[in-house]
Amino acid sequence: MSLADLSITEAAAGRRSGDHSFVDLFDAVLTRANHTEAQLHCYLVIDHRGARAAAETADGELSAGTDRGPLHGIPIAIKDNMNIDGLETTCASQILSGWVAPYDAHVITRLKEAGAVLVGKTNLDEFAMGSSTENSSYGATRNPWDTTRVPGGSSGGSAASVAVGSSFAALGSDTGGSIRQPGSLCGVVGLKPTYGTVSRRGLVAFSSSLDQIGPLARNVEDSRILLEAIWGHDPGDATSWNGDYPDISAPRVDLRGLRVGVIDQLSGDAFEEAVSDATRSVLDGLSDEGAEVGEVSLPGFDVALAAYYLVAPAEASANLARFDGVRYGLREDGATSEEMMRVTRATGFGPEVLRRILLGTFSLSAGYHDAFYGQAQRIRTHLTAEMNRAYEEYDVLVSPTSPTTAFELGARTADPLSMYFSDVATAPSNLSGHPAISVPVGLDEGGLPIGFQILAPAFGEERMFAVAAEVERLVGFDTRPVLAAELA
Amino acid sequence: MTRWLALTLANVMRQGTSLCRAMAIEIDIAHVARLARLDLDEDQLAHYGAQLDAIVAYAAEVQAVDTSDIPEMSHPMGMENSFRDDVVVPSLDRDQVLEMAPAQEDGAFLVPPSLGDEAEEGDES
Repeated sequence: MSLADLSITEAAAGRRSGDHSFVDLFDAVLTRANHTEAQLHCYLVIDHRGARAAAETADGELSAGTDRGPLHGIPIAIKDNMNIDGLETTCASQILSGWVAPYDAHVITRLKEAGAVLVGKTNLDEFAMGSSTENSSYGATRNPWDTTRVPGGSSGGSAASVAVGSSFAALGSDTGGSIRQPGSLCGVVGLKPTYGTVSRRGLVAFSSSLDQIGPLARNVEDSRILLEAIWGHDPGDATSWNGDYPDISAPRVDLRGLRVGVIDQLSGDAFEEAVSDATRSVLDGLSDEGAEVGEVSLPGFDVALAAYYLVAPAEASANLARFDGVRYGLREDGATSEEMMRVTRATGFGPEVLRRILLGTFSLSAGYHDAFYGQAQRIRTHLTAEMNRAYEEYDVLVSPTSPTTAFELGARTADPLSMYFSDVATAPSNLSGHPAISVPVGLDEGGLPIGFQILAPAFGEERMFAVAAEVERLVGFDTRPVLAAELA
Repeated sequence: MTRWLALTLANVMRQGTSLCRAMAIEIDIAHVARLARLDLDEDQLAHYGAQLDAIVAYAAEVQAVDTSDIPEMSHPMGMENSFRDDVVVPSLDRDQVLEMAPAQEDGAFLVPPSLGDEAEEGDES
């Protein structure tokens, strides 16, 4: 087994017992990347020099007696919509090509303080808009379980790199499912914490009332370690939660009597048979251990995706107004300032970004604002109240993470709506701001991973992690992607 | 396209389209592109216009919910304004910021003229 296949806790323990150095861990990850990048394209850039220096520093510090904790010396990948001082942040867009970030995102500061080794920047759908990582202007990322298929998106580069072992864990951002859905399609754990609990200073904004940074990791404990390192109040982000945070240091739950609500709206014909079967099998396992599993109908979920595709593009159209060729990024020629802006924006943004800016501009325009954006924001209030009522009867809600396993490249690119349906099970948690986690629970007949989603009330991360760990234990999913298994 | 997707899409398109007709939505895509400051040619306008028709028809599903007594959500956790002390804190260096700009001069961002022939013709709306 390669060092690149260890969990974070195993890698951390091995360093402290003298089995390997942090530089060895980085070398293992780099070797894995060298063997897989040509096929997968997880990274837009690998920071060879910076990461090696960080690994050497980490070794030196630990040897000198300074132990920064469980992430000390661990190689972590970062989605390329978060700033690392001195490295390019492209958002996989031509409009930001060549732009070097002048400061660290808050999460990067936190990871550096924790001693993590930042391997590089991972591929994504342009400005995090997409569900397959095919919308990157630097080329698609492929799924390590089957390279003819997509890794999901938009954090597809992060998810694929964690799955194949070219990082130990990664950060992604989740606006409508962009951490959980690629986590599901790549067979890794992905989670979106409660809105506002991870600072977004230094994350390029897509949809400000929905965006949330979170971890992708190979098991529940590793993802917990990563979240614990990055969350907490930051005065540098006006939406950062400034109240109490739950204690997630040692999540535990007794499955006996745990009330599990299966969301009725996220089942049936719209979900592949293998996905439904795997979900049923997890629920049977929970029942066998004494959990009370019941079905809960949440009609708000029927219109949640429609509301999502009004709110997210509307906010994106406002957020992306800043890319105007004046202060940074691409500039095309124009006789007037406005012509320069119009040509720059039409040239620099790719098709999906243009589509969402147009959609968002329309839904905010005079005469339609209240019927579309306003109505969608009222539906969020309605949906959240409905979910909160469900939590009076159930401790957690569950569903499949994605209606399907990984689809083939190109299968949904011609039809935006078919791509949008990838988010049907994940977007509601962004609308409500609640936390949710995807845990791998099996493979379909084609050997593609299936994810199981656990939703919890606001600030219910302790319960979410505890149930996720129980599901992980029950299922015992420890299969690795073909590519990683060949190299192990 | 898989079977489920076809089923689901057919279903929502049917509902969405009827609602859309009920609202008599007509998207003036050239106007929307102007508002969004996007220089798109006729082919692009036709392409995105058709896609927007389909997406908006689907999104019009939200009209099916009676929300007359429901307030709009702004912050999912209900957080109100976030204030900090009114004190000066370090910010990015001006030269460093200007260094990132496509064009700069004498400590300022340099842009083409604001008024040109087009603007004088009153083409903006």
